Amino acid sequence: MKISLFIPCFIDACYPQVGISMAQVLERLGHQVEYPEDFTCCGQPAFNSGYWDEARAVAEKVLAMYRSAEIIVGVSGSCGAMMTTFYKELFHGTPLEAEANAHAAKCWEFSDFLVTKLGVTDVGAKFPAKVTFHDGCHGLRELGLKKQPRALLAKVKGLELIEMGAAESCCGFGGTFAVKFPMISTAMGEVKCDSALKTNADYIVSCDASCLMHIQGLADRQKKPLRTMHLAEVLAKQ
Amino acid sequence: MSEREPILGRIREALRAAAPKPGLLSGPGQRVPAHEKRPTDFRPWLPAVGESFDERAALFAKNSAELKTDFQLVADRAELQTKLVALAHAEGWKKIATHAGDLTNFAFAALGMPVVRTDSRYDVNELESSDAGITECDALVAQTGSVVVTTRSAGGRALSVLPPHHVVLARRDQLLRDLPAAFAALKRQYGSDYPSMMCLITGPSRTGDIERILVLGAHGPKKLTIFCL
Amino acid sequence: MSTVAQTFKETARRLTRDLRHRELIQNALGKYYVGRDEKKARFQNWQEARQAAAEIKWDAVNHLDKYLEEFVSKLEARGTKVFWASTGQQACDYIVEVAKKRNVRSIVKSKAMTGEEIHLAQALEKSGVEVVETDLGEYIVQLREEPPYHIVFPAMHLTRHEISDLFTKKLGTAPTDNPEELTMIARRTLRKKYCAADMGISGANFAVAETGMISLTTNEGNGRLSTSLPKVHVAVIGIEKVLPTLDDLALFLPMLATAGAAQAVSCYNTFIGGPRQDGESDGPEEFHVVLLDNGRTRLLADAEQRDTLHCIRCGACLNVCPIYKNIGGHTYGTTYMGPIGSVLTPHLRGLKEWKHLSFASSLCGACTEACPVKIDLHHHLLQNRRNAIRCASPWWEKLIFKGFVTLMNHPAFYRLGVKLGWFGQKFHWLVKGTRLDPMYAWTQSREAPPLALHTFKDYWRRKKS
Repeated sequence: MKISLFIPCFIDACYPQVGISMAQVLERLGHQVEYPEDFTCCGQPAFNSGYWDEARAVAEKVLAMYRSAEIIVGVSGSCGAMMTTFYKELFHGTPLEAEANAHAAKCWEFSDFLVTKLGVTDVGAKFPAKVTFHDGCHGLRELGLKKQPRALLAKVKGLELIEMGAAESCCGFGGTFAVKFPMISTAMGEVKCDSALKTNADYIVSCDASCLMHIQGLADRQKKPLRTMHLAEVLAKQ
Repeated sequence: MSEREPILGRIREALRAAAPKPGLLSGPGQRVPAHEKRPTDFRPWLPAVGESFDERAALFAKNSAELKTDFQLVADRAELQTKLVALAHAEGWKKIATHAGDLTNFAFAALGMPVVRTDSRYDVNELESSDAGITECDALVAQTGSVVVTTRSAGGRALSVLPPHHVVLARRDQLLRDLPAAFAALKRQYGSDYPSMMCLITGPSRTGDIERILVLGAHGPKKLTIFCL
Repeated sequence: MSTVAQTFKETARRLTRDLRHRELIQNALGKYYVGRDEKKARFQNWQEARQAAAEIKWDAVNHLDKYLEEFVSKLEARGTKVFWASTGQQACDYIVEVAKKRNVRSIVKSKAMTGEEIHLAQALEKSGVEVVETDLGEYIVQLREEPPYHIVFPAMHLTRHEISDLFTKKLGTAPTDNPEELTMIARRTLRKKYCAADMGISGANFAVAETGMISLTTNEGNGRLSTSLPKVHVAVIGIEKVLPTLDDLALFLPMLATAGAAQAVSCYNTFIGGPRQDGESDGPEEFHVVLLDNGRTRLLADAEQRDTLHCIRCGACLNVCPIYKNIGGHTYGTTYMGPIGSVLTPHLRGLKEWKHLSFASSLCGACTEACPVKIDLHHHLLQNRRNAIRCASPWWEKLIFKGFVTLMNHPAFYRLGVKLGWFGQKFHWLVKGTRLDPMYAWTQSREAPPLALHTFKDYWRRKKS
């Protein structure tokens, strides 16, 4: 299968290893990957801040960039939700509505793609560690990611998954919310860190690097012994 | 001045623009196909209830236990009399309140103690100081463990809620399956001339307003006893 | 920034640091989650039930004129006086007038969010009438002279010790740590009030058009007593409360109880269709229904967010909201708090002053998932944000997002920006976490993620060549 990668801006700039891991796993499974090098951002920061015109200006470019793609696989639940659910809302009633819908239909989040589309749960990964899983909100509620990442983790050799309490609770990131209301965002993050710490897991794993960025940033500042790792990185370990 | 026309006018003006149908934006785990017409039969989705009397009675008993309602199936009037007298004795009732009815008249005769009747105007303080309010009902609902009372079946509005113990006397044929059946029964019974108050009573009065800890008898009865003949 | 927004931020800052508060709310809601999940599991199909409930509410709200007229004509046929109020002031004036005419001195009030919305108790007290809240939680917050903390659990933020102290101070009772004893203190005090009251005030959870009845849900029985004993009963109802048929309650009563209070159905679901009728031995001589618009038709006109009027005020969205759980109900400064309040309040009280509530959300969508009538709550928060930006946005923010578009739509600029950022972060320690830090909003409580020397784009180029 020819797969177009969708690497969100902050993964490109801060967490390239997450994108690299996804590309490696897909290639290991025998797929051909390509990447539109001019891709930058899906437009979510503007959209979430109320700047829909600006978000549309960025999103139009994205639609054009992936127009010829057969299938788009992304490595972030939140940006994935933007390209599917929220593009439909953003372009509702505009000339690009049909294209936004067609685009959404081609988009897959990485774990969903592996499990639902390819029917693969064992990618041959090995990672001897205790992990707990954080359900990123957009992945969970907009894309329905719940069983898929767990099915993949279950097949990683040596890995033990310990579920935390309130795994479905938001970590408090929420994009620009985190800087507009840092006090609330931080409190939510503390609750999340506490739930994770109670499991004694070595790593918090998630499909969403933005949640992990928030959790890690908070844990580091508060000197909490928490390490985060994206699901793609776990699956790339051998 | 009532603003009926201006409000209705604003509503009509507002409704000229069509609203999107519900559920279009639901996430994958919550999405279900929209119905062609607005649904009227809710049975397939509501909690399941068996068809037979035994199944209904078992579910009602299970719900009652959970609600802390005392539910007792009694074989005949003789057993009802024994149980009522025992209850009155155990709780030291000195005065009861009730209304006219086949079963309530029987209970009143069986107990033979001072009574406040609520069939016509009565003194609220007398009712308030009664030890128990004994009423009949319109129906029992197995699905929820509820009793359906109305001003006509249960001696007005206050009798079933003011005394500290509410005793319901019901017949087996009144034990209905579920809420849809209960509303259908009310419609059949009263049609176009409904009583001014109808109520679905589900367990004794309760509150969780202090630290979410359950306390019975917040304002209404602390105890609810149902005898089903 | 508006003053209410400023106050919101300050209170939020204080309460998010209050770990005792955080624990209290988490404990209170912990019990709710367990019960709710258990009751939901009893439904044969909760998602289908939600869709059905949403469709019925859609029908009701989108034919509101028809159903309201049906509701009112049925009520009036049996001697109920119906008053249509465009504003809260009109509603209050009418009720004060009724109280005056009937020489009312004391009123027992069953919990009604509409009453809170129009400040009814205050208006009546100003006219010299005593108003006593009868819901235990409401009674407690009334004694504390503060608004409810939650739509359904008004005193959720208080411990038994605080309530005991309050009763000792206000009612002169002996201190006790036992919730049952505390409840009985309130029961005894309020019993006297019921028997002496001249007027009972309630809200309504539903208004049944087909039969002309209000449906009133309580657990304590205060709704029953307030509407049985006094000679006048006034119900204050938002116009959106309409349900088409009596049978619809078979779906809505269990859904309301499950979502709102983790119960299969609430203890007392009371359907009232008029004052005392001929042949009835008790009940009020007069029954007044006050239909309240107070901004609802404005919301109705917004087709995109019209489903907000489907709300049955169950409070489920508050219970699951991580924002609510951390800042509590009073911080909002609104009648309706939590997600539904953040969506609703800008419509009822003005977007300009209340838009901050729509931004104070991580858009996690837990509210939308919890809503029994499928209101698209987090989508509406996004739409409110869009609308807020359209009507007024700060110049500097506009500039930032213009810059954002330029950066993202010119990959070369973007690449350059990332490289400059990588270089710049070497000097970040000089200002990190101080007010001079451009990332202060983030770095005051969190470490910033380092920009990578080799980005994914670099990797891809290397890989290709």
